Amino acid sequence: MLVYITVALLIAFGLYAIMFKKNLIKIVIGINLIEAGVNLFLISLGYIQGGYAPIYTLAPEGLWKNMVLPTPQALTLTSIVIGLATTALMLSFVIMIYKNYKTVSSKEVGRLLSD
Amino acid sequence: MIDLVALLLDNTLSLIIVTPLMGAFVTELVARINKKWVFPLALISILVSSSFAFLLASQVYSGGVVSRAIESDNPAKLTVSLPSGSLLPIRIILEADGMSVLMAIIVAIMSLVVIIYSRKFIRKKLTLFYPLFLIMVSGTYGMMLTGDLFNLFVFIEIVSISGAGLITALDRKRAPDSAFKFLVMSTIGALIILTGIGLLYGQYDSLNIAFLAKSIHWTFLDKVAFALMLAGLAMKAGSVPMHMWVPDAYGDSPAPVSAFFVVGSQASLYALFRICFSLFGLSLNYVTAGWILIILGVLSMFVGVTMALPQKDIKRLMAFHAVSQTGYMLLGVGVGLTVLGTPAFAAFGFKAMEGGIFHVINHALYKGLLFLTAGAIFYATGTRKLNDIRGLAHYMPWTTVFFMVGAFSIAGLPPFNGFASKILIYESVYAFNPVLSAIAMLVSILTLASFIKVFYSAFLGPKPSKKPKRIPHSMLLAMLLLTLLILFFGLFPELIINNLIKPAVMALVNVSAYVGVFSGV
Repeated sequence: MLVYITVALLIAFGLYAIMFKKNLIKIVIGINLIEAGVNLFLISLGYIQGGYAPIYTLAPEGLWKNMVLPTPQALTLTSIVIGLATTALMLSFVIMIYKNYKTVSSKEVGRLLSD
Repeated sequence: MIDLVALLLDNTLSLIIVTPLMGAFVTELVARINKKWVFPLALISILVSSSFAFLLASQVYSGGVVSRAIESDNPAKLTVSLPSGSLLPIRIILEADGMSVLMAIIVAIMSLVVIIYSRKFIRKKLTLFYPLFLIMVSGTYGMMLTGDLFNLFVFIEIVSISGAGLITALDRKRAPDSAFKFLVMSTIGALIILTGIGLLYGQYDSLNIAFLAKSIHWTFLDKVAFALMLAGLAMKAGSVPMHMWVPDAYGDSPAPVSAFFVVGSQASLYALFRICFSLFGLSLNYVTAGWILIILGVLSMFVGVTMALPQKDIKRLMAFHAVSQTGYMLLGVGVGLTVLGTPAFAAFGFKAMEGGIFHVINHALYKGLLFLTAGAIFYATGTRKLNDIRGLAHYMPWTTVFFMVGAFSIAGLPPFNGFASKILIYESVYAFNPVLSAIAMLVSILTLASFIKVFYSAFLGPKPSKKPKRIPHSMLLAMLLLTLLILFFGLFPELIINNLIKPAVMALVNVSAYVGVFSGV
């Protein structure tokens, strides 16, 4: 239960940052928070209390049923890698925007764009 | 030799996705040795993947659903039997039916046209364009051919990331803002979809669309997952309440990229239809879901066209029209979904879906053509502002003709292809609800008005004092190809509907064919 509350909080904080913050870098951080929430949600789907890593040679003999599900872990890893790529790309766009306008505030950028 | 041919024929599904992906990495490496080889290599990988797409189409049309498990020594084996006796799907599965093949044909045509067009439009030293474009093509194919929900998410992200890179390919001043907005929106959309996928996985322990379709019981969590996936995909498809990224992303990206973005959005639309019809097809409440699509569609049609009317930037104007035309597809398919399973479906629902799906391929063709003519105008004059261009017909007769074909087609005038699909939608939606049909016709008239404005201000008028740049032959060739296709589709709609559209609609409606790949489960 605690996990799902954390997930909800992370996603809520992330959405708050995206909707109400004007600083572009804070928006990127907000997206990262949502990503963390979703990743936590995915990994919790296959978690077993007191379980072992899903590697046959590492789990104790006879306790293979206690291994956590490997698929959600694979999904989460993929999702983390994708998140890294989007974050890097978004930050590089922020750098380009900063070079053009000398600001990272979306309000300022919007004003500069309208004319 | 025969073994090799058999191997290729057996693996068309994976090869369609792999060829452009390989091409992307090879072109990137080759660009460091000799920049002259980049374009031919990119063209070859697009040609190869397009021919594989047509090959797959012929396989599906002759033999029904094609499915393959990847990373397996026996790709035809999709399941593993458990000690308890039940079968479980394993591995990542690619699956193609009539609908996915129709979308793959659209990608095949548009990627070929766009790459021919880009040869002169994209500056020679800008070699990064081709690898990114190839990755985007690969991702779009992937979205259409995957039978696995998590892979759908991965391909959506591939399309978004490469698309965001492509937006900034030519313009480093305004484009980063649009690319940032686009990437933020699509990442949120993709994460919403991923949450929905997680909800389904947590309940049914599978990511396979066909397997899930059989197990879904339409519990409360399933409803939440359906809503999340619907919202995320509608956002990616650029439907109205979530359309604000469309004008920026389409407007500020280079013209060939905008033309391909149309296909990228339609891939999301395809995924939306796949989720509604195949994944939840056996358990969904058709009336509610159908009305959601209809309302999204009508809003997109109307808001898109009214926002388009006052635009001064030719590409932003066209982008708003793209939103508006997406509405027609949602309306047609939504009406079909609402009456699915009732006697009304045979009376007009099937026709409405035919119209909606036919509009998808028509929209890709004429909107692609319009974006390419906008790119030609930009290439010739260096501006996209309608106030700064006039009298181009004096210098650019071919582009003028191409623009007229595109404009008449989007407005739904006969004998162009837009008319063929719109008449189907008007007719069948009228039988469902006359008000919706009237709105659709009104939107068409407004579309025509808006494009007449563009035509009048950009092409007519006195000769411009400054002679515009000549349009290279490769760009004209790309536009000519699309024009010929539009005329062909407009003159022989019956041929296209019977051979391409009917199998696609049948594939969506007849869930058991898609789900049936796991006959033993």
